Amino acid sequence: MPKLKDVCRYIRSKQAGPFWITFDIYFDSRESFDRYHDDKALSVESFAKLYGADPALVKRIPVPQLEMIKISYPRSTPQGGIIERDMHAGQQYVRLSNVSVG
Amino acid sequence: MKTNFDSAIKVIVPCGSLGAGVVEEEIAYGLQLGAQAIATDAGSTDSGAAYLALGKSKNNRGAVKRDLTILMKAQAASGVPIIVGTAGQAGGDLNLAWTRDIVLEVAGELNMAPKVALIHCEQERETIKKLNAEGRISPLAPSSVLDDATVDSCVHIVAALGVEPFVTALEAGADIILAGRATDTAVIAAFPIWKGAPWGPSWHAGKTAECGLQCAANPTAGSGVLLTIDQDGFEVEPLTTHNRCTPNSVSGHMLYENSDPFRLTEPGGVLDVRNAEYKMVRERAVRVTGSVWEPKPYTMKLEGAAAGLYQTIMLVGIQDPDVLADIDGFHDRLLEALYERTRQCIPAEELGEFHISLRMYGWNAVTGLRPAPGTATPPEVGMLFVSTAATQELANAIAHACNPYFFHYPSIMGKELPSYGFAFSPADIPRGQVYEFKLNHVVKMEDPFELISIEWLDLAETGAGKEKSNA
Repeated sequence: MPKLKDVCRYIRSKQAGPFWITFDIYFDSRESFDRYHDDKALSVESFAKLYGADPALVKRIPVPQLEMIKISYPRSTPQGGIIERDMHAGQQYVRLSNVSVG
Repeated sequence: MKTNFDSAIKVIVPCGSLGAGVVEEEIAYGLQLGAQAIATDAGSTDSGAAYLALGKSKNNRGAVKRDLTILMKAQAASGVPIIVGTAGQAGGDLNLAWTRDIVLEVAGELNMAPKVALIHCEQERETIKKLNAEGRISPLAPSSVLDDATVDSCVHIVAALGVEPFVTALEAGADIILAGRATDTAVIAAFPIWKGAPWGPSWHAGKTAECGLQCAANPTAGSGVLLTIDQDGFEVEPLTTHNRCTPNSVSGHMLYENSDPFRLTEPGGVLDVRNAEYKMVRERAVRVTGSVWEPKPYTMKLEGAAAGLYQTIMLVGIQDPDVLADIDGFHDRLLEALYERTRQCIPAEELGEFHISLRMYGWNAVTGLRPAPGTATPPEVGMLFVSTAATQELANAIAHACNPYFFHYPSIMGKELPSYGFAFSPADIPRGQVYEFKLNHVVKMEDPFELISIEWLDLAETGAGKEKSNA
């Protein structure tokens, strides 16, 4: 089974305001988008589990015209709190990029 | 607002954020192409709550002055207005005053006398509590209903501006508008809306260009873009001829730092781009049609920054093979020992609630999660100590108590004590307060001007730039 990073050209994570983190997952082709964007590993439940998020608040929006899917969730602690380790959430995508798909 | 809209409106967005490095040739090129305004934001919440809490800019003063000098020279020569939103990184009154002082300094140096509008949107805590008591404030996900204690915890509170106050300032003849916290989009959409352009394309153009050249195929070749808004849509192109926008680069920017790529809530409505179409025109520009503005009851988003507990940090580098052979075990044993040591050294009634964390850079500092079994041993790790307590003195005291353990704690008991690699002396660094955004709420407004005020500086009257105004 390939990893998500093997079927994507670009995956990024970033803060979307102080209370949300958003992931932009760009597949490497239309074929990969069609085949993997609804994969179980990218479901709301799997994503919520991977990041300790509340599944009821996870937003999952496929954008077929850009062959990508956007997934967003509220941070468990607001940006910049006493246990902050990634202020701009720019490193959070790595965990997702290593999940197996297919 | 004017309604006689018959020709396209051109706006220069010179950079992603004021101080990032405006390019003089790009401004000249944009003006040559017929630009009627220059608009940019000067900050955002991205870098955390400290800038609003402290009223400080993240950007270097010299960098902001340099950019303002280029823009103000262009303004004086061409007469096109400069519109700056979220002044001084956070848009509180202190941030705004910092930016105003730079503008006054540049005006004095260049003997210019622009008419400057300052749009204030900082709020008193009592005002917010009153609005809340009136039931006019509601939470955004994932936050809950606002209470007075949360409002009281904020050092500074701002309400993000929509286009209306900018339009008022433009109507009154402002040469330079410096605004407090505004939505990035509103800063750019305001001018075309004032000129009577349709709201859908104006707002969408604003969102597209909010980060300057970020919407181009190569976001690092150049600095700014030119927007052209007309009756049916808008066009966007880089201000450097060796770069281009593409349908993917422009539509892709709607995704950036945004939890929903199709619907963007702004003061007074929602920008809906679900049916937007992006087409290449000429060689370097993209034309966008189908953007829709849905008017909604007027709301302003509140941002509040709290200054909380204090932290002290220490850092060591570790190549000790015993530590590297069992980084997670070492981390857990040392952390427990540090808590115990702290409680032994500082009386509980003095200590109060405190927190210690160790972050193993080179291993798992970014997430704090255990790496998978079998993960290769790194050649070294950097171990960051962070103590958090009610005062700076207490956070320092915890670090002092922990220092010998942090320096010498062995991975295997009974062996000779190792000494880990401190980079500094003294080893502990008082880091200051922890700043957090506390508000994630919107306030419903009957009148977009209720929470804002416009202050005018007429430099011709006050004497700055007098030589020129007298000439």
